[in-house]
Amino acid sequence: MLDDFFTRALVAGMGLALATGPLGCFVVWRRMAYFGATMAHSALLGVALAVALEMEPMVGVFVVAALVSVVLLLLERVGAVSTDTLLGILAHAALALGLVAVAALSWLRVDLMGFLFGDILAVSVGDIAVIYGGGALVLGVLAWLWRPLLAATVSADLARAEGLHPERARIVFMLLMAVVIAIAMKIVGILLITSLLIIPAATARRFAQGPEGMAVGAAVAGVVAVGLGLSGSLAWDTPSGPSIVVAAFALFLLALVPGAWRRRRAPAAEGETP
Amino acid sequence: MDTSQAPAATSNADTLVEAHGIGVHRGGRWLVHGIDLTVRRGEIVTLIGPNGSGKSTTAKTVVGVLAPDAGRMWRAPGLRIGYVPQSLAMDQTLPLTVGRLMTLTGRRPRAAVREALEAVGIAPLIGAQVQSLSGGEFQRALLARAMLRDPDLLVLDEPVQGVDFPGELALYGLIREIRDRIGCGILLISHDLHVVMAATDTVICLNGHVSCRGTPEAVVSNPAYRRLFGHAAADTLAVYRHRHVPGHDHDHPPPDGTAAESGDA
Repeated sequence: MLDDFFTRALVAGMGLALATGPLGCFVVWRRMAYFGATMAHSALLGVALAVALEMEPMVGVFVVAALVSVVLLLLERVGAVSTDTLLGILAHAALALGLVAVAALSWLRVDLMGFLFGDILAVSVGDIAVIYGGGALVLGVLAWLWRPLLAATVSADLARAEGLHPERARIVFMLLMAVVIAIAMKIVGILLITSLLIIPAATARRFAQGPEGMAVGAAVAGVVAVGLGLSGSLAWDTPSGPSIVVAAFALFLLALVPGAWRRRRAPAAEGETP
Repeated sequence: MDTSQAPAATSNADTLVEAHGIGVHRGGRWLVHGIDLTVRRGEIVTLIGPNGSGKSTTAKTVVGVLAPDAGRMWRAPGLRIGYVPQSLAMDQTLPLTVGRLMTLTGRRPRAAVREALEAVGIAPLIGAQVQSLSGGEFQRALLARAMLRDPDLLVLDEPVQGVDFPGELALYGLIREIRDRIGCGILLISHDLHVVMAATDTVICLNGHVSCRGTPEAVVSNPAYRRLFGHAAADTLAVYRHRHVPGHDHDHPPPDGTAAESGDA
């Protein structure tokens, strides 16, 4: 079954979406969309370093993305400029460093377009194993960290006062993002990774009553987007990574419709619940 | 004990938290310094003071959100804290029902959740989104969540903000009820003087440091209190207490309540 490149792409993309959906909910709730983009921008530098050191590119991407979050935490502590500005500085500095590094290593053949936009149709069975392994790790840790992370998202002070450890949860969460960016690079590419975190989560928000439901909904929305995007890309011969993002965006727009309709009706009365 | 001017030198079994000369230093200045305070089981201690007087800073140090830069903060071993922060930094994109908010920091049985919501009078809102609550409902939900932890110490940072005057009265009544019900100690922060004093055992006036402390009666007549809040506030308060603490004054008839309410506070 996995002999077919299209099936492999579907399986890989859907596996990734299962992990990015729930993780992306926290990105959205914690207003960390730009942080995700910053990490993703650093991926090229990770690739360059990995190639130079003859390591697996994914490992390099993970290490550099994790380093970026450490640098961010340290610079935040210095407090010279706002986090927003820091992210802007780090994102573009990391991307520029990556481009410079790739150019400097011209004796190496680096498929720049492949890293920037992904090449899901080229995933191997080994890649699928890495995606599912990494995805399972991300979901497992997320489930284990769910309560402290959610409490810290609602109020860090509250979480700390009541004996949960919001800083620890935050650091592990950043590492999970680094993992997801490393495994997602091959699917949608560096420039579009954050879309798989944010768009399905935002889509699921329209229907969710609780955080857990939204996480499941985001995973479903991501899986559907991968299916639609890849099918579309096969039918119309469009680039696969961007097609997935376009499909996710279309789902997001579609999800706005019932929400807008529901808002126009009078809000349901808060009756006595039995 | 009524008019103790200093915390107990040694902790007894009922002492939940004890601050010894704590100070918090940020941005080149002391937000608070030299704060001594003790909260015992069953006691309601209220911190009052103008904006920027370090009430929240003190409360955050007591619960361990901030580490003191000076002094020593002692908490009873295994102390369980229920905390109502001044605000939640929740994004609109986070869907959260009142029922789910109740179990935010710990698992609780469904029946206990319902019971806590009933105790604060918002049981029908269990399925409502937190963002849709009114100010009073929201504060009640936060109170229910904190008391559901069966805490030894409740720390309430401005629990009546966004609540109208009758709502305030009800909330302070509720806080006292919670104290009686679960026997916890309560550290309460407020900047509105009138109502809170009637529900308090010990009042601590903050202005970066402790400017006075004692029972509400003792504090109101303290010159430091009058300097901090002005004579009008003190007088209004005195009248208020006469009106709302029945049996407090046996020798003279209570003044007319309506007149007191419209006095030039």
